[in-house]
Parts: sequence; C-alpha cells; structure tokens
Amino acid sequence: MDPAWDEFIITGEPFILAGQIAILVTTIGIIFILTYFKKWKWLWNEWITTPDHRKIGIMYIIASLLMMIRAGVDAMMMRTQLAAPNMPFLGEAQHYNEIFTTHGTIMIIFVATPFLIGLMNVAVPLQIGARDVAFPFVNNLSFWTFFWGAMLFNISFVIGGAPDAGWSAYMPLASNDLSMGPGQNFYLLGLQISGIGTLATGINLVTTIIKMRAKGMTLMRMPMFTWTTLITSLIIIGSFPILTVALAMQTFDRLWDAAFFTLQDGGMPMMWVNLFWLWGHPEVYIVILPAFGIFSEIITTFARKRLFGYTSMVFAIAAISGLSFLVWVHHFFTMGAGPMVNSFFSISTMAIAVPTGVKIFNWLATLHRGRIRFNVPMVWALGFIPNFTIGGVTGVMLAMAAADYQYHNTYFLVSHFHYVLIAGTIFGCFAGTIYWWPKMFGVKLNERLGHWVFWLFMIGFNVTFFPQYFLGLDGMPRRIYTYFPEDGWFSLNFLSTVGAYMMGFAFVLLVYNMYYSYRYEKRETSGDAWGGRTLEWATSSAIPPHYNFAQIPEVKDQDAFWQMKQEGVDPNGVEEYQDVHMPNHSGNPFVMCVFMFIGGFGLVFHWWTIGIIGALGIFACMIQRSFSRDDGHIVSAEEVRKEEAEIREGQANENG
Amino acid sequence: MADTADLSKGLPTNPEKATLEGKNKFLGMFVFLAGEVTMFATFFGTYLGLRDGTAGGPEPADLFQLPLVFIMTMILLTSSLTSVLAVYAMKKNQFQKLKLWMWVTFLLGVSFLSLEIYEFVEYYEHGLGYTSSAFASSFYTLVGLHGAHVLFGLGWILLLLLRYRGTGVTLSNAPKFYAFSLYWHFIDVVWVFIFTVVYLMGIGA
Repeated sequence: MDPAWDEFIITGEPFILAGQIAILVTTIGIIFILTYFKKWKWLWNEWITTPDHRKIGIMYIIASLLMMIRAGVDAMMMRTQLAAPNMPFLGEAQHYNEIFTTHGTIMIIFVATPFLIGLMNVAVPLQIGARDVAFPFVNNLSFWTFFWGAMLFNISFVIGGAPDAGWSAYMPLASNDLSMGPGQNFYLLGLQISGIGTLATGINLVTTIIKMRAKGMTLMRMPMFTWTTLITSLIIIGSFPILTVALAMQTFDRLWDAAFFTLQDGGMPMMWVNLFWLWGHPEVYIVILPAFGIFSEIITTFARKRLFGYTSMVFAIAAISGLSFLVWVHHFFTMGAGPMVNSFFSISTMAIAVPTGVKIFNWLATLHRGRIRFNVPMVWALGFIPNFTIGGVTGVMLAMAAADYQYHNTYFLVSHFHYVLIAGTIFGCFAGTIYWWPKMFGVKLNERLGHWVFWLFMIGFNVTFFPQYFLGLDGMPRRIYTYFPEDGWFSLNFLSTVGAYMMGFAFVLLVYNMYYSYRYEKRETSGDAWGGRTLEWATSSAIPPHYNFAQIPEVKDQDAFWQMKQEGVDPNGVEEYQDVHMPNHSGNPFVMCVFMFIGGFGLVFHWWTIGIIGALGIFACMIQRSFSRDDGHIVSAEEVRKEEAEIREGQANENG
Repeated sequence: MADTADLSKGLPTNPEKATLEGKNKFLGMFVFLAGEVTMFATFFGTYLGLRDGTAGGPEPADLFQLPLVFIMTMILLTSSLTSVLAVYAMKKNQFQKLKLWMWVTFLLGVSFLSLEIYEFVEYYEHGLGYTSSAFASSFYTLVGLHGAHVLFGLGWILLLLLRYRGTGVTLSNAPKFYAFSLYWHFIDVVWVFIFTVVYLMGIGA
C-alpha cells in the first residue's frame, strides 16, 4: 500500500477538518506556552523523565482525561446522529462506523485501563508504605508506551483514515478485503504498543505489592484497593498476552498475508473471536475490580467504619478473577457452539453474580449504622451501588443463553455494558480522583461544584441509557447509523440524546472544577484530608515528600493509620533519620517509546524502512540502558531531617 | 530501595537475592515469565487449532526430520545445563568460571539458532512458504517466536558479558546474570513443548 500524498491527509469531511485545525492550534498553543514561559526544561526534568510513582500516576490521569474528551466527543456525535430518524448529521454510514469503533476502543484501552492504572500509581505505594514501585524505570516506560500507543491510534482519523471494524475487530470484517486502507493497522499497532505498557505495569505492581509492604502489613491487612490492584495485575498477566498474540496474528494477516483467519487457506475466523474475548472478558474485570477497591476505601472512610466482611471481600475478588477466564463464550452465544457449550458458559456467567452480590451486601453492611458524611467521593460511591446493580441484573438476563438470542446485538446489550462500565468504572475513576486529589495536588476539589457534577452526570447517565433497554427490547440493533420514522424509535432515542448532552455538560463542569479548585480552594495543611484510615493519609505533608515516608511506618492493623490515630501514635514522629535510597531520572523510556511510535507508524503504511528505523532505535535504547550505570541515588539522613522540619514549620505557620 | 548488604565478610552465598533490588528482579522475572507462558500457550492453542489447515500444501509429516530436531533439542538442553554451571560458579564467587560457562551457553545458543534457520530454509525449499496455509503461518510464527526469544537471549547475555568483562561478581550484576539464566531455562522448557507438540505429534499424527 502506498497512498498518494493527497490521500494521506484526510480531506473533505467538515468534522475531520475541524479536528485537524484543533490539533494544529493546540499543538502550536502548547509549544508557544512552553517556550514563552521557558518550561521545556521543567517539563523534561520534572515530568517526562520522572521515576516518581505519584507523578507518573498524575500523567496517566491527565492523559486519560484527554482521551475521555476525544471519545466523549465521538459519543456526542453518535447520539446527535441518532437523535431523530433519517438524520443527515454525519452524512454516511462509513463515518458513523469509524466513530463507534474509535469510541469503544479509546474508552476501554485508553481511558478506563490507564485511568485506573494512574490511580493505582498514586495510591498503592503509599498504601503499603513503600517509597516507590519495584521498578521505577519500567513504570516510566509503561506510561510512555501507553501514551505513544494512544497517539498512534488517535492520529488515524486525520492521517490515513480511522479504523471502522468495531472495537472488537472481528475477522474477516477487519481483513484487507473488507477493511481497506490503513485504518485497521492503526488499531492493531496502537493497541500493541500500549499493551506492552499495561503488561509491564501488571508485573511491576505484583512485585511491588508482594515484596515492598511495610513491616507488619500482612496480606490480610492490606487495604482493599491494594488487594484489588494485586488481583487485577494478576488478571493482566493472564490475559493481556492473549491480546498481544491475537493482534500480532491479525497484523501478520494484514501486512504479510499470513493465513490465520482466512478460510480459503485453512484458517479460522472464529479463532479471532475466541482469542479476542479470552482477553476481552478478563479485561472487563481489569477495569471493574480496581473501581470496587476504590469504593471500598471511600465507603469505609466516609461511613467511619471498618469494612464489613473484609475476608469475604478478598475471596469474592479472587473468585471473580478466576471466573473471569471462564465466561468468554457468552459474547457469542448466537454463533452456534451448541447447547452443551452454551449451557456451561451460561452457568459460569451467572455464577459471577454470586461473589459480586457478596460485595454489594458487604458495602451495604458497612454503611449500616455508620456515621456517614456525604462528601463528593461518597456520593459517587453511593450512586454506584444502585446503578451498578441495574447493570448487573441485566447482565444476568443476558447470561441466559436462550434469551440472549433475543437481546444479542441490540441496544439492550449496549445499555447493559454502559451501566456496568459507567456506573462501575467511570464512577469509580471520578470518585477515586476526587478522593485522592488532595494527595496529588494538595487541595480538595470544590464540594459545591462537585455535587452539581455528580447529580448532573448521574441523572444524565440514566436518561441516556435507561431508555436504551427499551429500544433494545423494541428491536433496535446496535451499530446502525440511522433509522426510519416508522420504526417507532424516535422518542426514546431523542431522550437518550438529551441525557448524553447532560453527561457531556457534567464532564465539562468536572474539568472546570479542577481548574477552579486549583486557583481558589484552600490548601490542605495536613496529609490527612478526609480523616482517612489507610497509610496514604499518614504522610507528613498533604502532597507527600518525594521519598513518601521519612521512616517506614509499622503496621499493626488492617486500618493501619486509623489504629495509630486511636492510640495517639504519630507516624511521622521519627527519632533517628536514616539515608533514603531513591531511583534516578531517565529519558531513555521516552526516547524508546518515540521510536516505537515511529516504527509503528511505518508499519501502518507498509513503509518498511521507517519500520526498521523504529526497531533499531528501540534496540539502541535497550543497549544504552544496559550499559548505563544506574544504581539510584542516596538522599542523606540530614536532607530528610531538614525537609521534614520545613514541612512541620510550614504547618505550624498555617495553624498558628 | 536497595538496602546494601554487609560485604565485610565477602560476598553472600546468594548474591542475586542479597538486596531488595535483587529480590524484586527475581520475583519480577518470574511474573514476567508467567506472562510469557500465557503468550506461548496462546500460540500453542492456535497451532493445534490450525495445523490441519494445510490448504493442499505440505503437511507436518511430509516435512519434519526428527534427527535434526533431536540434535537441536540436545544442544538447547545442554546450554541450559551450562547456564546452571555458570550460576553455580557465580554463587561461589568464581567470576572467570561464570564467564566461561556463559560463553559456552552463548555458543550453544548460536548453533541452535543456526540449525533452526537451516531448518526453515529447508522447509521453504520444500514449498512451505509463510503464507502457504494456516498451518504454515502458525508453525513459523510459533517456532519463529521461540527462535526470536533465543536471539533476544543471545543479545542479552552478550551485552552482560561485554559490560561486566572485568568487574567480578557484584551485588548489582549477580541479579542480572541470574535473571538471564531464568529466562534461558524458560525458553528451553518452551522448546521441550515445541518438540513434543509440534514435532513428535506432527510425525505421529
């Protein structure tokens, strides 16, 4: 494939033209601001090369929010197109196909997953009383693979054309014959590059949690978010390589005419569907379990009670993670695997409702007779329980294989997975961000605006998706770009579109709140913004010092910090300071990932020379790394003592 | 992070796990290999699903030559043994022996890889191109991926041997040599499965 230069940049679409102009203006704006304020060096030294888990977490969250805007605009465009019968808004089916493909892919791969990984990065090392993750260099590398993978995927809509085979990219629809042009290649290579980072993060977090917990923190004293992170990381290790393999095979089919999925050469198109969902279903739990962990933290903090049924929570997560690998066929009951197979997967799917139900009742029992404070993170958590349960119940309906023949491929399904992914994952991401915001930026988000955001978003969400259950039962299929007046789907679709705009407005308000609070809200003076129970709130200052803890606290209870407060122990009352060993900054991962981007971009267009340049660059970076001396650096006891004294002095001034 | 170990009485008996960084590398490598297991398992599954899809082209039984594959297996198994001897020398702080056995491992790996390339060229001349059939694609991808792992391992140990040619065993390089040996054992185990599932079952069936 060698596209002519006039086809290289997409032209002739007003929305894409607007996107191109927006990208150009934003890029020039960023370059101008960084140059004008002389911030390039600061950006490189403080952020791009940082091994600090908190900063990497913040970068993950910012990048995910940006991706959420992009995929959210996609959603708005889809809802506008479907607001009324025969809408001329998007023009043709092709454009609609591209938009639902990128909406789904970005929301799962570049929003939900990295958003939660960002929160894990911010909170988990602090929760277990560690100074950083096990492999800080790899952590930085993980972020940049995600970032450049996302960039490679996103430029598709202005250069070369967006993928249009759905986020699940079934073969043979995604093959060269039916998806011509480079669009699908962007999907394959963008996901492949970012997948490396996700797997590396999984390995990193497992090692961190197993090896680097503070003294006294046994496994069964770990905070629930740390538990869910550990189990999620194990699911990542068991499932992401399957996606890697599936993507690689489709890439080989498309770029080098391999025969994995082509029938006439002995291949099996169904193999793709199986492999995709063998990864895809565990992925669903990768993005929901950490959200469960976040809600557990928030509910215990704001109900001011110990978590009810801690042990059963742990077993429930473990059971869910095991079952998550045994249900993938329920995504294609209608493909005719036979009654025995369908029955097995029907039952295993319904079985997941049991541990999930255990968790729901544990949360309710934790709330029972708690002294509840209705701060913004808590209202998100309280909103999660009923809304997520609606999604769960419709999930059990879909799990009945015989009935699924009716629901399959309709808006009923669309509504179901939005109820679990938004009310579960997205509510969790927002709640976690608001909860740990003071840990990241030393300031709380404004509560008044925060309540507005919650109510607008939650009502908007229900107005959008509740009607879609009925549209589905009424026979409206998913992935259609228009419908006729006589179909009778107008009023519910219109309602749904109104709700979507409410959600969009709420999201804008949330982003505004981040800006507003940064400008005007009162700075936090202590590390304990909410009256927390776990170690991340035990740091000496609101934003933890770069070494996190001057002295690693000793854990005596499941709610370690709560117990210290009860017994009047000051976790920062250090008697003798000691040297602290910290990792060094490195620009190597950033450069390596730029080469991944370059190589991936070359492969998309079959420009082998550029592909080889990218590969050579990656290996050069690896060689550079293995010859460089990097044993970290020592922060001396004297420096730690000085920094801690300054923090205390600052707090005394604030309070005095 | 890395709490430095007490070196006043010489190197500890397990230098690869004496520091926190070494312990992390040790566990991290195992977890990474768990991910590799998932990846290879998926390719094995794919191969088993597609090996009958020969599309009228050459079939496994027409191609595979057991004597050659047996020699390759022996070479790779021996290289695993020599890497164990290298790690054994490392634990006894015998750096020259460590280097010697790692170089032997390296050379055995090179000969394995050369034979594999020879094997692939043979098959190609018998009419099994990469795009001939689903069997061909899945065979070359599975065995080729293993070959790529061998190549990566060779590059890895070469860099370690060049970088640490005169340093002696230290607490910072011991975990690196050890992690390499874990990786090398792993690709050896994968080869045992390839030998069984691809070659023995290919000829038997």
